[in-house]
Amino acid sequence: MASHLLSLLIWLPIVGAIVVLAFGRQANTARWLSLGVALLTFVVSIPLWTGYQTAVGGLQFVEHLSWIPALKANYALGADGISVALIVLTTFTSVLVVLGSWGPIETRVSQYMAAMLALEGFLIGVFAATDALLFYVFFEGMLIPMFIIIGIWGGPRRVYATLKFFIYTFLGSIFMLVGLIYLHMKTGEFSLASFAQLSLSTKEQGWLFFAFLIAFAIKVPMWPVHTWLPDAHVEAPTGGSVILAAIMLKVGGYGFIRFSLPITPDASQEYAWVVIAMSLIAIVYIGYVALVQEDMKKLIAYSSIAHMAFVTLGLFIALALVRTHGNPAGARLAVQGAMVQMISHGFVSGAMFSCIGVLYDRLHTRQIADYGGVANVMPWFAAFMVLFAMANCGLPGTSGFVGEFMVILAAFQDSPLIALVAAFTLIIGAAYTLWLVKRVVFGEVGNDKVAKMKDLDAREWIVLGAFAIAVLALGVYPKPLTDLMEPAVQQIVQSLTLAKA
Amino acid sequence: MIQFNPADLATLRPELFLLGATCAILLIDLFLKPAQRNVTHWLSLAALAVTAVLVCCGAPQEHGVTAFNGMFIRDGVATVLKVFVLLTTGLVFLYGRGYLRDRGLFIGEFYLLLLFATLGMMLLVSAGSLVTIYLGLELLTLSSYALVALNRDSRASSEAAIKYFVLGALASGLLLYGMSMIYGATGTLDLARIHAVADFSANSPHHMLLAFGLVFLVVGIAFKFGAAPFHMWLPDVYHGAPTAITVFIGSAPKLAAFGMAYRLLDGAMGGMSGQWSLMLAVLAVLSLAIGNLFAIAQSNLKRMLAYSTISHIGFLLLGFVNGTTSGYAAAMFYAISYALMAAVAFGMILLLARAGFEAEEIDDFKGLNKRNPWYAAVMALAMFSLAGVPPLFGFFAKLMVLKAAIDAGQLWLAIVAIAFAIIGLFYYLRVVKVIYFDEPQDHGPLALPKDLAFRVGLSLNGLALLVLGVAWSPLLEWCYGAFAIVAK
Repeated sequence: MASHLLSLLIWLPIVGAIVVLAFGRQANTARWLSLGVALLTFVVSIPLWTGYQTAVGGLQFVEHLSWIPALKANYALGADGISVALIVLTTFTSVLVVLGSWGPIETRVSQYMAAMLALEGFLIGVFAATDALLFYVFFEGMLIPMFIIIGIWGGPRRVYATLKFFIYTFLGSIFMLVGLIYLHMKTGEFSLASFAQLSLSTKEQGWLFFAFLIAFAIKVPMWPVHTWLPDAHVEAPTGGSVILAAIMLKVGGYGFIRFSLPITPDASQEYAWVVIAMSLIAIVYIGYVALVQEDMKKLIAYSSIAHMAFVTLGLFIALALVRTHGNPAGARLAVQGAMVQMISHGFVSGAMFSCIGVLYDRLHTRQIADYGGVANVMPWFAAFMVLFAMANCGLPGTSGFVGEFMVILAAFQDSPLIALVAAFTLIIGAAYTLWLVKRVVFGEVGNDKVAKMKDLDAREWIVLGAFAIAVLALGVYPKPLTDLMEPAVQQIVQSLTLAKA
Repeated sequence: MIQFNPADLATLRPELFLLGATCAILLIDLFLKPAQRNVTHWLSLAALAVTAVLVCCGAPQEHGVTAFNGMFIRDGVATVLKVFVLLTTGLVFLYGRGYLRDRGLFIGEFYLLLLFATLGMMLLVSAGSLVTIYLGLELLTLSSYALVALNRDSRASSEAAIKYFVLGALASGLLLYGMSMIYGATGTLDLARIHAVADFSANSPHHMLLAFGLVFLVVGIAFKFGAAPFHMWLPDVYHGAPTAITVFIGSAPKLAAFGMAYRLLDGAMGGMSGQWSLMLAVLAVLSLAIGNLFAIAQSNLKRMLAYSTISHIGFLLLGFVNGTTSGYAAAMFYAISYALMAAVAFGMILLLARAGFEAEEIDDFKGLNKRNPWYAAVMALAMFSLAGVPPLFGFFAKLMVLKAAIDAGQLWLAIVAIAFAIIGLFYYLRVVKVIYFDEPQDHGPLALPKDLAFRVGLSLNGLALLVLGVAWSPLLEWCYGAFAIVAK
């Protein structure tokens, strides 16, 4: 029997967005409706996780409908373990984002919620599409709701930030479009599987590799094309920041797995040093940049860039391990680590931005200097914030540790030097995160305004509590996640062993 | 030698009906009081609708047919273009009524001139000979000159009309000159015969003559399209004409110009496709550059859209560069998408315009989302679609022409095109920014025109950009299929 679960997951939030727009004139109606839709989507996504048969592996929940016969482009969906994990991350985070936006968003609530739900639908579509054109449509389509979210509900420089965000990411992906059309010319269809089987000369692969690299490096974002992210994060409303950090950045890493590695493995190997160098620069240099930030959101934004560098590092270290060292086990570790890091960073960055949102709702400032001694007046909040901060610096027992450790371990098998540089994150990450916590949470109560702050309300408790459970569960017992993704990781590593030129 | 075959009249049924209906409306309108002008309005729409039905009903299914010794062709391409020409002209009638009434321009001439222009476009896209092309073109452009000058008391309108007329006449002259050269080289006016008898090879005695003829034809076509560097008339005409006329000039004639270019370049001069595709590539790059760069500097929305038209023509020409039917199909698909998008964008200016207020500055759209979220969304759809953001119609049109260019081995052309598309993105986003992120100057809810047909039409037109973005396959198949139905 054909499963329509993925279609349901994509279209439920999008149709929900239309319903919210149509019936959400009252702010509270819009909120409850959106929460209902988001919760329902999350519930529907659970069978995806429980129903994915790891013993079988490969693409499951496959759907196939002819979309544009003239181009042989199809409405083709399917999910392997990695997709399933990212889709569940998306639906989980979306519920918390809707909850987290309950109070802070007061104007045009229905439009905000509708944009969030539409964004959720597009994101699930990106993770589920197995047709390149469909992927591209979702990949670009999600810019529209995000553009609106930052532009309407953002901070003072929101217009600058959102235009920069849109044009920057559009610039990257449109080169990918040319690459996709080129591949279509070669194969006559748009399915990712056919692209992966196509044999391409080294020169062709090189061009395609860079077309994909521009698109996904901007999305991740990697140094030096990361400059849109701090602006977008600082100006975005809390919910927008959470979605951006927790899920949209993952689309870049996901793109590397689905496009760069399988379609252009030889070029990826040849230019792996570029990506690895960019990742190491991001880990160290961006870490230092984070250290000097005075705006909390900007600090976490830079920390996101540094953490996402572990994803790209893991993926391209895997290539070196397979191809030059003949070490598929190490490669699996690297890819698995990159994937765990994606999921973990989704939880940790989402939680950190939610924490900043909680503070911002009370004092309407994000400057570190405006806070101090928050722990004295908001003990519950302080407990959560410290937990997430520990996860952000990669303390064992939290999710932040697992992925980074796996990637460093794998990197060591390739080159101890790379591992050494990457391991700097443990110091730098701890430095900027702990210093942030020290200045904001601990110490004497900073000023009168801080003294009047109230501790978490029930809604904020649920949001941060849910993130905390996820962070700890993944940190203590990551096995369900790694088991889920293992077949997909094996398949990726397997595909890396075959030269295509 | 030339024989009259009564059966030929049946092939021209839609055109003859439209001609008859137009003449009837001309007479009826004479006896109407100004208060009864709505009769003309609905009669004109009905005439277009019946013509569209006639176009579809008798449409050739397998082979195209010709009439009057090949002067007139009725094939798949003609059918598709005519349907969309009639549709967009209908939209112009729907959108323009209230605007014209507010300005004392709600007169019978508007309808008659537009109907004659439509007839000219139908003739143009069905032309089988150089004479028919010229006839159709002049019927279209002479009507357009008069339409632009419809508001006699406006200096801007008159200036635009004069500019349009002088430059348009020059272009027609160049086109005629080119036609005369080709006639001189081949001894025939029939497009298919030109293709058959002309010796396009480089060592033919007529090579130079044909090449010069081709250059003049391309210049004439570029003028009609408004491709750079023959675009000078376009911003002034778009800006100066009453907006109800700009809707028309910005939409349907682009479809007709596509038809004309296809008939002339592929139909007659197909043997020189190597030459003309290079010329069109140059025109495309220039149009993309000038259109997109100049649009950034505009604060007037009509002028901005005029420059954006030039850039879209650049994209459209990419399809021609391919020089195969799939390339033409992509270009036709692009022309259709552009006509529908332009209709929404100009329609929105008409929606916001009131008596004594033109709403043609970008700032007039400030804070539209706070005043009327639905029409803000419609305008945003049009802008995102023009910018080529999926999942909207405009993206797929761009995809098809880019694919046509890449299939033809012109990868560099595709890369130039997307580089300018990114520049273009900026000014479309600026309009969205003004609508969504800026504070309105006037805080009251938007005073919508009472004309329900206009509002419904515009809303559907906007939604069509989204619907066709998701389900564009049937339209694409229709465009592809049209090129299979050719006259033998």
